[in-house]
Amino acid sequence: MADLKSWKELPCGAIIEDLNAVLDNKTGAWRSMRPIWSKEKCINCLVCWIYCPEASIKVEDGKMTGIDMDYCKGCGICAAVCPKKVHAIEMVKEEK
Amino acid sequence: MILAKTGNEAMAYAMKQINPDVVAAYPITPSTEIVQIFSNYVHDGLVDTEFVAVESEHSAMSACIGSAASGCRTMTATASQGLALMHEMLFIAGGLRLPIVVPIASRSLSSPLNIHADHSDSLASRDSGWMQFFCETVEEGYDSLIMAVKMAEKCSLPAIVAIDGFILSHCMERIEAHDDKKVRDWLGPYKPNWNLLDLSKPILVGPATLQDYYYEFKRTQIEGMRTALPKVQEVMADFEKTFGRGYGVLEEYRCEDAEAVALLMGSACGDTRQAVDRLREQGKKVGMVKLRVFRPLPHEQLRKTLTKFRTVAVMDRADSVNSFVGPLYNEVAASLYGAEKQPRLLSYVFGLGGKEFSPDDAAGILEGALAGRKGETVTYVGVR
Repeated sequence: MADLKSWKELPCGAIIEDLNAVLDNKTGAWRSMRPIWSKEKCINCLVCWIYCPEASIKVEDGKMTGIDMDYCKGCGICAAVCPKKVHAIEMVKEEK
Repeated sequence: MILAKTGNEAMAYAMKQINPDVVAAYPITPSTEIVQIFSNYVHDGLVDTEFVAVESEHSAMSACIGSAASGCRTMTATASQGLALMHEMLFIAGGLRLPIVVPIASRSLSSPLNIHADHSDSLASRDSGWMQFFCETVEEGYDSLIMAVKMAEKCSLPAIVAIDGFILSHCMERIEAHDDKKVRDWLGPYKPNWNLLDLSKPILVGPATLQDYYYEFKRTQIEGMRTALPKVQEVMADFEKTFGRGYGVLEEYRCEDAEAVALLMGSACGDTRQAVDRLREQGKKVGMVKLRVFRPLPHEQLRKTLTKFRTVAVMDRADSVNSFVGPLYNEVAASLYGAEKQPRLLSYVFGLGGKEFSPDDAAGILEGALAGRKGETVTYVGVR
């Protein structure tokens, strides 16, 4: 672990300046529930994109293209905020 | 300008002159008036502050943290249970090194419920990484609040400025207020170390750090407090140069050739001054040391000053309920440990829950210290 920094090299206050370092931590490994997204049902309202705490909703040209499973922790907020009539995201138990 | 102001009015007036970017607050006795009066300034357009009325003190401090993390000069005010409810967030403000400044009208903690003065609230927060200043008079509170903003920003540490509840918060005293513009010019604009909303330089604030980095981040915070005292003193000197009123980290009163002195914080220094004067008239060699800065603890100054005396009566307006002595005594004893010449230290607890404390009580303590009081480790002054 020779690459770990000394306290003298750290910034003032608990902040991380190198955001690439954050990407190395694949928080998707914590998931016990998996969101299943239906492209057919999705109306691209992007409410899930607003609410996702992990920025895992992938969007291109204003349209949802999928969910980034490297960082999705399976919290289910996207499924909860998806309009009831649309129901484009379903949470299922993560298989081994 | 000479004004008649209660402690709360003076703190609100200082806040008006400071003109913070954001104030998020929830009312609590005896500090309610500070933000109540300040909200009038906001309504009347006398400040540029965004005032956020929140649903609890926990939310107040949370909003303050969000605001300060977004590069805003941020303040609130609270006391007692309010500060206790902020407790969790105090550590977060400390760890993030956000220079939030909070005037406090010191009040006891429940239970039993009591709204009057003692130092239980701030002293229970002593390990949260906040600077703490204790004031004897309304004017000192007013000056200290203005100074605290500059100290907090210079040290990247949050700061509490405590005036004793009711004794100072609700009693009117004469203060010489400074000119609005002079205060604002002296403080200058706030230049944050980082800003969460600066999209040109995105950062992550408050990350999870496990065994690999938590201790290292804490060590940077510890260093911030360890190196704060000279900066605090620089600001005091600069304040004196600009506004003509000087303050010390600790201040000696009639300590020349004194054999026994009382060491304490807050408004009871006034009563103790009177007691010292009275005993000096009788030729008794007593004095007072007023501690103004509790965090960062001026341990070197305490050692240098207190080793001059034969006996020091440490007066705590709070108790640690630790089966031993009060919190201030512990800090003073630790500061003196290892000194070649040690004064005899005596522990006194007084004035809990606003219990009457008079110059007679202070004289009793000083005379007892002078005579070399024996007996119990701690004297609980004035308790039936």
